[in-house]
Amino acid sequence: MKPLALFKSELDGFLKELSRDYDIFGPKRQKKGYLDWGEIEGLSDLDLSPGVTKTSIKSFFLPQPEVLFEFSTRAREERAFRLKEPKCPDRKRVLFGVRPCDARSIYLNSMPYKDDCYFQKNIERNIVIGLFCKAHLSTCFCTWVGGSPTSTDGMDIGVYELEDSFIFLPFSQRGQEFLRDKGLREIGQKEEEQIDAYKNHAPEGISEGVDIAKEFSQKSLFDLYDARFWQEVTDPCLNCGTCTFLCPTCYCFDIQDEVLRGKGRRIRYWDSCMFPLFTLHASGHNPRGEKVKRVRNRFMHKLKYFPDRFGPISCVGCGRCVRDCPVSIDIRQVIRQFLEI
Amino acid sequence: MSTINEKITTEIRKVAKELLEKDEVAAFLGYTEGTVPMVMKPFVARRPEDVEKLFWNSFCVLNLANYLPLVLQSLEPPRRPNDPLPEGPLPRVGVLATGCWSRNMVVQIKENQIERERVIIVGISSRGMVDRKKVQAQVDHLEITEVIEEDHKLIVKGPGFTKEINRWDVVRDNCKSCVHPDPVIYDEVIGDFSGGRQVPKRFGDIQEIEDMDIEERWKWFQEEISSCIRCYACRNACPLCYCPTCFVDDSRPQWVGKSIDKTDTALFHILRAFHCAGRCTDCGACESACPMGIRMRLFTKKLYKDCMELYGFEPGLRIDEPLPLTTFKLEDPQDYILQQGQKGEEK
Amino acid sequence: MCKEQMKNIYLPYEARIEDIKVETEDGNLKTYRIVFEKDEDKRNWSHVPGQFAMLSIAGKGEIPIGIASSPTEKDFLLFTVNRAGVVTTALHKMDKGEPIGVRGPLGNGFPVDGELKGKNIVIIAGGFAFTTLRATLIYLLENRSDYGKITVIYGARTPGMLLYKDELKSWQERDDLECHITVDREAPGWDGLVGFVPTIAGQVKPSPENSAALICGPPIMIKFTMPPLEEIGWKDDQVYLSLENRMKCGVGICGHCNVGPVYVCKDGPVFKRSEVQKLPVEF
Ligand code: SF4
Ligand code: SF4
Ligand code: SF4
Ligand code: SF4
Ligand code: SF4
Repeated sequence: MKPLALFKSELDGFLKELSRDYDIFGPKRQKKGYLDWGEIEGLSDLDLSPGVTKTSIKSFFLPQPEVLFEFSTRAREERAFRLKEPKCPDRKRVLFGVRPCDARSIYLNSMPYKDDCYFQKNIERNIVIGLFCKAHLSTCFCTWVGGSPTSTDGMDIGVYELEDSFIFLPFSQRGQEFLRDKGLREIGQKEEEQIDAYKNHAPEGISEGVDIAKEFSQKSLFDLYDARFWQEVTDPCLNCGTCTFLCPTCYCFDIQDEVLRGKGRRIRYWDSCMFPLFTLHASGHNPRGEKVKRVRNRFMHKLKYFPDRFGPISCVGCGRCVRDCPVSIDIRQVIRQFLEI
Repeated sequence: MSTINEKITTEIRKVAKELLEKDEVAAFLGYTEGTVPMVMKPFVARRPEDVEKLFWNSFCVLNLANYLPLVLQSLEPPRRPNDPLPEGPLPRVGVLATGCWSRNMVVQIKENQIERERVIIVGISSRGMVDRKKVQAQVDHLEITEVIEEDHKLIVKGPGFTKEINRWDVVRDNCKSCVHPDPVIYDEVIGDFSGGRQVPKRFGDIQEIEDMDIEERWKWFQEEISSCIRCYACRNACPLCYCPTCFVDDSRPQWVGKSIDKTDTALFHILRAFHCAGRCTDCGACESACPMGIRMRLFTKKLYKDCMELYGFEPGLRIDEPLPLTTFKLEDPQDYILQQGQKGEEK
Repeated sequence: MCKEQMKNIYLPYEARIEDIKVETEDGNLKTYRIVFEKDEDKRNWSHVPGQFAMLSIAGKGEIPIGIASSPTEKDFLLFTVNRAGVVTTALHKMDKGEPIGVRGPLGNGFPVDGELKGKNIVIIAGGFAFTTLRATLIYLLENRSDYGKITVIYGARTPGMLLYKDELKSWQERDDLECHITVDREAPGWDGLVGFVPTIAGQVKPSPENSAALICGPPIMIKFTMPPLEEIGWKDDQVYLSLENRMKCGVGICGHCNVGPVYVCKDGPVFKRSEVQKLPVEF
């Protein structure tokens, strides 16, 4: 399929048309000043400024909370659970303007979530229309961790924002089907040239030709685990959930039953290995009771355990944790320290 | 010519080095530079040569008192939860303290979280810390890649722009309304003390909210917390929040639901604020730590105001003053707390 | 579920408590006999000794419990539950006939049909960690000819704290099984062995020749059991341990139970000691 194009002036109509069949979400300027995901009804809602949104795309794939099923709160009296799986939402969603790092996180998270029907249901529900970056922030480092401003991992469709137009390219079967009947025109000669220029933007790589996923897999686990720098990395940490909750590739959850107004439901919601209770046994024993163990686990999981298991690094370099950690704990520094070992 | 902050930085290093070299302290708790503009990193210097990493500027927004208990504990010989403390004096920690931080240390001492003898408090009068969210608003939320601080202005740079900002315009709200910038307890002093400040409408922001009618106020509250992601950075940044198991985390019984739910989030914020009543010094660490820009400090400040009006009490000002909410006086109206025979009429 | 072709790995089978037996004198351990509500669930269920399942109580949540019955016990499942947290406390208050959810089987289990076949098996257990080893032992005895010598060393604090007392007696009477039951201290009416499990293991001196040891118990017991075994030539790759960690999903996603790169729930709970030694001590 040839790339398709849309004049910028046509985007508003395009979105409005789409919103008849889909719920559309995209980056929106929030009251507090930052960009975050919001419902989009027309062009005026969208803000395609460079950089990532405050929170990541993961709320659409791992919603806070996800209802696993409902049950009777009178299970004991009725002598039966009466489990009820949630109904499928009938409307699909379009996620417009997903940055390549966020899109790549979907691809990475689907590795551990391969057999998880709720995650897979959300994959089916969300059409991911990515937006390639023509500028990046100083906290972006996608190129260190296997991504790039034009990476297509996790996208159904990718979009180039040119001077006067948007160019749409399908990257999945679904993306192709989606684009087929949307009345887009074929790309022009000039536009093709503009795309090539666009591709020249990228955050500086960590160092020429270093594949850190491979590099870290080859390092001994205990060399990294017992490294000297952990205490200093840990000292300022608040053990809050900021880094893990904002992170698109942090996917840990907890499960709990809620009984509310006569209805019972089992939900799952975000949890974080930075919280002391994360690993607490019922006996009171806590295998990661000390802060340094928790801080280490976050980085080890992303940079060593995940790659050992699945191949790639579990970080897309979006820089959210760097930007919003209240005490400036910077994963890029930890990566550098890893390389020195 | 060096700036005020540069001078303070030099002084801090000198004092810290001396304390570490003379073995007066086993660690010195200060600030070092972060990797992104306007975010400073609390830092524990453990060796004299570490002091070169210490820095001071207007972005030291987190309250160092918050780190004290853990740093002190890390210097004690390892022991199990119920083992007695070892005999003899334990290693000490040096720590920087502005007005509010020192007041939180007073609260910590009174609540038995730290021992006065084990901390060497190095006092600095605060000129008011800067709110990075305000700076961001000044440049329309464009990305800021560098901030140079002079005594009375900030020079803010980003891709394609440079802007000068008057420092006081972007000082945090809590600092602007602070009347106690000088440390209340200290062992050493850096720079001059201000001798206190006058603030015309100290509780103006709270008054505004109090003046709303109930519905409007509830709407304001709901709106304010609507983007909360329940990361608990506010709680964890606060030196008052040291419970081993916070009520939000407790599952036996479960007080609050754990996912993002309007009611649960509201409950978290209301209860957190109440747990800080009569103890909060309005240091602003909670608000500064919040990634979502939620102004939860206004909730605690309302209770600060109430505490002042009801009990004439401000937390952490005096080490020999009883805490209002853990003290019972015979004149108090709640006589259910008394045993028979103790009630007022028999006085 | 919307992804209809996919199995919902979070949905428990609906089951019912058929019987409850108080195991220990302090009443903190009870064995639950559980039957499936639907015949097809019962037919689809198949597990290996050493695996566990999530037991579910509506409104209280889920808890991972080792399966104490052997796959050869066809009509029911057994779970021996220690009262410790919210869910187990709720479970302890339940009666016969009440509904319960079962999700599983989860984890890997002991390789009874693999590496363990043809070997001499030494089962060493302390306290209430005996549960999945009971499942294993029943399985071994049902398929007795597939294995060599079977030795059991099992201890508890007091005679009253031993699990499965009737069965212990019958095992002690068998001649195709060597069964050493011990308690920590002398007790009135107890004429069996006295001493900690590691001490007894040192006295029994099971031969490492063509053997495998399956050890379950508190970390401290495992720690002290290893030296006497090593002394007589046992190697780390002959020793199987069952680890415990906090678990939520049970399928290697939620992140709670990781020990370094492995998930106790999915890659374990059974590990060779030689594998455990390659991991950080985060369990
Ligand atoms: S690294 Fe930063 S964001 Fe993450 S838990 Fe620690 S203080 Fe919070
Ligand atoms: S670890 Fe940080 S940079 Fe990496 S994906 Fe998560 S939030 Fe982004
Ligand atoms: S870093 Fe921690 S919270 Fe994030 S995915 Fe890994 S284990 Fe989970
Ligand atoms: S509640 Fe906020 S302002 Fe008050 S002491 Fe705690 S961190 Fe400081
Ligand atoms: S720091 Fe902000 S987002 Fe996090 S829990 Fe507190 S108010 Fe909510």
